[in-house]
Amino acid sequence: MVRIEFLGPINKEDMNLDINNLTQLSEILKNDNEVSSWLDTCAVAVNDTLVCSKDIPLIDGDKISLLPPVCGG
Amino acid sequence: MKEQKDFLQLFNGCLPVEEIINSWYGRFKNSNYGAIVTFIGVVRDENKIDGLSFDIYEPILNNWFDTWQKNANEKNAIVLMAHSKGDVLNHESSYIAAVCSPKRRVALELIDEFVEDFKAQAPIWKYDIINNQRIYAKDRSSVIKGSGILL
Repeated sequence: MVRIEFLGPINKEDMNLDINNLTQLSEILKNDNEVSSWLDTCAVAVNDTLVCSKDIPLIDGDKISLLPPVCGG
Repeated sequence: MKEQKDFLQLFNGCLPVEEIINSWYGRFKNSNYGAIVTFIGVVRDENKIDGLSFDIYEPILNNWFDTWQKNANEKNAIVLMAHSKGDVLNHESSYIAAVCSPKRRVALELIDEFVEDFKAQAPIWKYDIINNQRIYAKDRSSVIKGSGILL
């Protein structure tokens, strides 16, 4: 299982999904009304490292984080 | 003073500015840094807000800060930062950044780059506090580099 967490203002409970890559995650989230509108502006981290491509294999126990636009300070 | 927590400090609520700045100055004034530049962010009273509120994702903030510390160290400088979690009312401070460097120019240039990159990339989310409600400051937020890959 892979755990998906939604950070900041997305305000959605974690999901646990049986997926092997980010393309599968993309398909699931595009059909999720709570999250789909955030996808174009969200960055993605796998195990707390930001990634720039969907071509990343996922294994059991991985954690994926979605990071919406930021504004510190 | 090699631990990251000595350089990056997070506080619940507003920052104790004098305490933080005095502590940094006390720690580093004998380290032969010829320039210590600080930036203090203060919450402005505008748009009918009572204050701001912040969420922070610490694991990625720590990674971002480590990268900056390495960058600064390559120039014989160091970076320091303090930030608030939760609510900070108007006229209080939520953010302090500092650069200590042997050379003035390095410190002045680095503080500019450090604060701007912080605003654009650090995983912190800001909310306006209006009538005791937190409203995401979407219009003032920046998309992190590489966003949108799941679309």
